[in-house]
Amino acid sequence: MSAILNDETKKVLTTPLVNDNPITLQVLGICSALAVTSQMSTSLIMALALTLVTAFSSAAISSIRNHIPGSIRIIVQMTIIASLVIVVDQVLKAFAYEISKQLSVFVGLIITNCIVMGRAEAYAMKNPPLESFMDGIGNGLGYSLILIIVAFFRETLGSGKLLGFEVFPLTKDGGWYDPNGLMLLPPSAFFIIGLIIWSVRQWKPTQVEKADFKILSISHGEGGHH
Amino acid sequence: MLKCEQFNKICVALDNCEHYQKFKVYKDKILALGNDSLEKTIAIAVALCLVCAVLVSFSAVALKPLQVHNKELDMKKNILDVAGLLQEDSNIDAAFAERIEAKIVDLETGDYVEDMNAAEYDQRKAAKDPALSVAIPKDKDIAHIRVKAKFAKVFLVKEAGAIKSIILPVNGYGLWSTLYGFLSVDPDGQTVQSINFYDQAETPGLGGEVVNPNWRALWKGKKIYSETSADMSEPTLSLIKGVVDNAKSGSQYQVDGLAGATLTSTGVSNLVKYWMSKEGFAPYLAKVRTDKGV
Repeated sequence: MSAILNDETKKVLTTPLVNDNPITLQVLGICSALAVTSQMSTSLIMALALTLVTAFSSAAISSIRNHIPGSIRIIVQMTIIASLVIVVDQVLKAFAYEISKQLSVFVGLIITNCIVMGRAEAYAMKNPPLESFMDGIGNGLGYSLILIIVAFFRETLGSGKLLGFEVFPLTKDGGWYDPNGLMLLPPSAFFIIGLIIWSVRQWKPTQVEKADFKILSISHGEGGHH
Repeated sequence: MLKCEQFNKICVALDNCEHYQKFKVYKDKILALGNDSLEKTIAIAVALCLVCAVLVSFSAVALKPLQVHNKELDMKKNILDVAGLLQEDSNIDAAFAERIEAKIVDLETGDYVEDMNAAEYDQRKAAKDPALSVAIPKDKDIAHIRVKAKFAKVFLVKEAGAIKSIILPVNGYGLWSTLYGFLSVDPDGQTVQSINFYDQAETPGLGGEVVNPNWRALWKGKKIYSETSADMSEPTLSLIKGVVDNAKSGSQYQVDGLAGATLTSTGVSNLVKYWMSKEGFAPYLAKVRTDKGV
């Protein structure tokens, strides 16, 4: 095991979970994190699909990185990513029809997910295939982690269920819990992701970005009459 | 081991093949070129497209039969569900073949069309085919679907030779999406048995509650047309705001609206209104009523 997991692979697998999380630190892939997280089941499938696509596209791009002409670099990356996404979409339609119906266009939109392109361009173009594959898995897991946390809050608070099983009995079915409708709408994911980013940065203050410019406090003598 | 031998054989055959050797020489030449040379850029682009095209078409073609089967199974499941025949462990294909008969109806006249193959007819596809569809005039298009197929595919559930229920395909625009579903009615062409939306993209938890079994159960026994209406072509059934008071008169024509989903509720009301009117299934249901034996 230690032969496969050398220091570099370990690093690329674990840092994207918290220290370099694609959603909370890099703030990439937000669109699908808003769209599919109203239910845990769709989030899990989406997370799995994105992890696989990122890993395999990174590995594929990395294995031909020394021969990719700079002028068509992005197109080559997109072609590989798009092909893999179509394959994933076809496989879901064949083996998980119900889920593919719920995910509808969002599987196709993995093509435009910034995380996949970001890893291809930032890591796979400069590193060997195995490390790139692991980097893809690591970033996919970082994305998955946030998706699962968001989906957990949205599904339990929004519909009183988790993975379709009842957690809080709803008032309309004779229980006590009045569901929070906002949690079912995409904006609620913004709030939850915002809170996650805030708490992670409280925990690890190094992630707080330096301000681009300093806001000066206006002293009364000079700047009072604008 | 056999596979390994075959593979070796192929390798030997390739080594002996003149074209492959030529190809190898070209390949090495191109790979040795500078990454930004025009030849290499074109060669890499073409090669990549070929590989990706093969990958994509292989997966699409190889998985097609499974996907088609899934789609059919899903449709049959929905039809059995709206007919009240869906059991957890039942074999869907067998139950469908045994209990349900598909028929094509000419929407204008309300007659059955016998010379079309009902099993192969796809009403949603037909609605997109100019030869098989008609545009709906704007003032009549309350369901906001713009076109409808000339022929509808209905399903009859039979029990001991008599029709037990008639399943009608309906569709209409909600808030975000066109809702596609089935409405099953008694052979009197008046009493609702069940409703089921199999394709919709309304807000989950709000408009998406059209698939909630508790809400769907409210439709059972509701009447589509007012008893005082003369020819039963103007449906009265609609969704109201809030909860229906069953003690009030007229409650048999009302279904609870979906809480927090006014536009979806209006959409459902409108699509029922449209499909049960003269534009939709009213002529057909009139014939079913007079001609019990169909």
